[in-house]
Amino acid sequence: MSTPLLSVRDLSTHFPVRKGLFGRGTQVVRAVDGITFELPHGETLGLVGESGCGKSTLGRTVLRLLSPTSGHIEFEGTDITHMPQADLRPLRRRMQIVFQDPFGSLNPRMTVRAAIGEAMRIHRLASGPEDERKRVAALMERVGLRPDTMERYPHEFSGGQRQRIGIARALAVEPKLIVADEPVSALDVSIQAQIVNLLMDLQDDLGIGFLFIAHDLKVVEHVSHRVAVMYLGRIVELASSEALVGDPKHPYTRALLAAVPEARPRAKREKRRLLTGDVPSPIAPPPGCPFHPRCPIAEPDRCAREVPRLRALADGRQVACHLADEGHASDA
Amino acid sequence: MSTAPPHSEPLLEIVDLVSEFTTDHGPLKAVDGVSLTVTRGGTLGIVGESGCGKSVLAMSIMGLLPDPPGRIRRGVIRFDGQDLRKLEPVELRRMRGNRIAMIFQEPMSSLNPVYTVGQQITEAMRLHQRLSAQQARKKAIELLQRVGIPAAETRIDAYPYELSGGMRQRVMIAMAISCEPDLLIADEPTTALDVTIQAQILQLLANLQEERGMSIIMITHDLGVIAEFVDEVLVMYAGKAVERSKTVDLFETPQHPYTRGLLASVPRDVRRTSAGRVRLPTIEGVVPDLRDLKEGCRFRDRCPDAMARCAESEPPFEEITPGRWAACYYPGQPDPNQARPAAGAGE
Repeated sequence: MSTPLLSVRDLSTHFPVRKGLFGRGTQVVRAVDGITFELPHGETLGLVGESGCGKSTLGRTVLRLLSPTSGHIEFEGTDITHMPQADLRPLRRRMQIVFQDPFGSLNPRMTVRAAIGEAMRIHRLASGPEDERKRVAALMERVGLRPDTMERYPHEFSGGQRQRIGIARALAVEPKLIVADEPVSALDVSIQAQIVNLLMDLQDDLGIGFLFIAHDLKVVEHVSHRVAVMYLGRIVELASSEALVGDPKHPYTRALLAAVPEARPRAKREKRRLLTGDVPSPIAPPPGCPFHPRCPIAEPDRCAREVPRLRALADGRQVACHLADEGHASDA
Repeated sequence: MSTAPPHSEPLLEIVDLVSEFTTDHGPLKAVDGVSLTVTRGGTLGIVGESGCGKSVLAMSIMGLLPDPPGRIRRGVIRFDGQDLRKLEPVELRRMRGNRIAMIFQEPMSSLNPVYTVGQQITEAMRLHQRLSAQQARKKAIELLQRVGIPAAETRIDAYPYELSGGMRQRVMIAMAISCEPDLLIADEPTTALDVTIQAQILQLLANLQEERGMSIIMITHDLGVIAEFVDEVLVMYAGKAVERSKTVDLFETPQHPYTRGLLASVPRDVRRTSAGRVRLPTIEGVVPDLRDLKEGCRFRDRCPDAMARCAESEPPFEEITPGRWAACYYPGQPDPNQARPAAGAGE
């Protein structure tokens, strides 16, 4: 088997938080809590879940923008879990991030040319100012921006164009992995579609692997080869997007899908089974299965006591539920 | 979601509303001649992308346009037989919050951080209904229970920061319905929330509407919310109403090319080929600058079916079949067999 682009084993990222007014005693937020997955070259893994499920923390941890508490991260076969920042720098070229807010992530005082060219200068990718200008122009064209606008400032662009600038900036260093954290959430539907298409084209042409983080299940399903559903810092189900959406096995996945309003009026008015309550605090997650207090099928004894492990089902998907497809399950 | 008698007088009727902002580059018509009606107990959805004027329309109804730089240039806003534009400020204030209420997208920025939830809910009730402090508190607890806030007796003394996003939006809804309004304007009420919480909030609004027979204007960019929640839809583009029809009809046979483009760009039930994923249809180009509009249809530069006539004059918003309105010279599904002259507009 060839080396995956990214391999994550039993990864945890915990944050200490102060307790009480005077900060005596600390508690721990288990933002990412024992996550394992692989991302092959040129593929997209979608990460979905409600706010606070740890999906953004996971995305930042695999890039080492946050320090993992335990576990392993391998990027193209190299263990980067505890690699010093200085050694990471040459690897940074190959892993990039695109953020949700294209305005907040661009320096308002930098022209687009300077913003896109910055990383090239840091990594000495251009042979001189003229080469840099040419490369910036080519990148802008690649992401659907007019190169003659390169001397303009971010505020002169629309939201969709700013997101294109953010993507061009990530592409400037020719990465193999891009973590896209809610890249289309702030955009209008018609612009969303343009950006989604752009990301898929870039993948086809350049073989980039994406970790695509979003709360919009429809968009994630559309762009991802496989999707991981997260709840309270853990993966509860990981499957191909067809299998996940067509035949979800985890009760949380089912609830999440049922909550998405269908853009089809005929489907309305049947009572949907809705999840009640909010996501519990990741400081004090419930014992046993973290989802059991909201789960419609939880069994009082087992689910409240025993943490379900992520295990493979016969069809190759992984699910962390005691009750999903009993009988067909084999331990992973 | 309840059905109103079909021929009853509408609760809200807006005719040819123009709302304008003064800018450094001259006046900008954010809402440009929009007409609509909301039936009693009915739900009207307003859908469109950023800058289409949907929120300015809502603020105009509420009489909350910041003046200056905004002002209503012309038009009629008739609510229950009264023209709201002719009311004295004091009368309008009595109407607002009491008979017309509004909920916003950002519950955090529309709640006052230094007052408890209870203080904020009771403020409007005491103002409009002259309740004593105790009566108001009792009613506020009932309302919080009604909108599904657990432990309402203690949560009433919580500050907004102590509540989750979903809880805060429930508090906003409790405030909005505290005076039992006839019309609730919900401006992207669930956009900042997770889908699971969104589903709960929409269910709650539907239940409240059924109980109280209130009318709702649901402003959203989410076509899923439109499909599931509203009876009738108004589609806006660049300050204009471009299509209006029953929800089912809009989704099945969209008349305006902008509506078609919008519906097509939503990812859903994509048939995957063995080769992999399918590109989403898009609406190419961007919304025109409202300060610098050309003659003709505002959508024509992005319209796949634009023709010479579309550049000459702006298509009027007309009833094309009973109950269906569109602002397009060539409404309906594009017919590939029909010979068309080359597009005279656009690129």
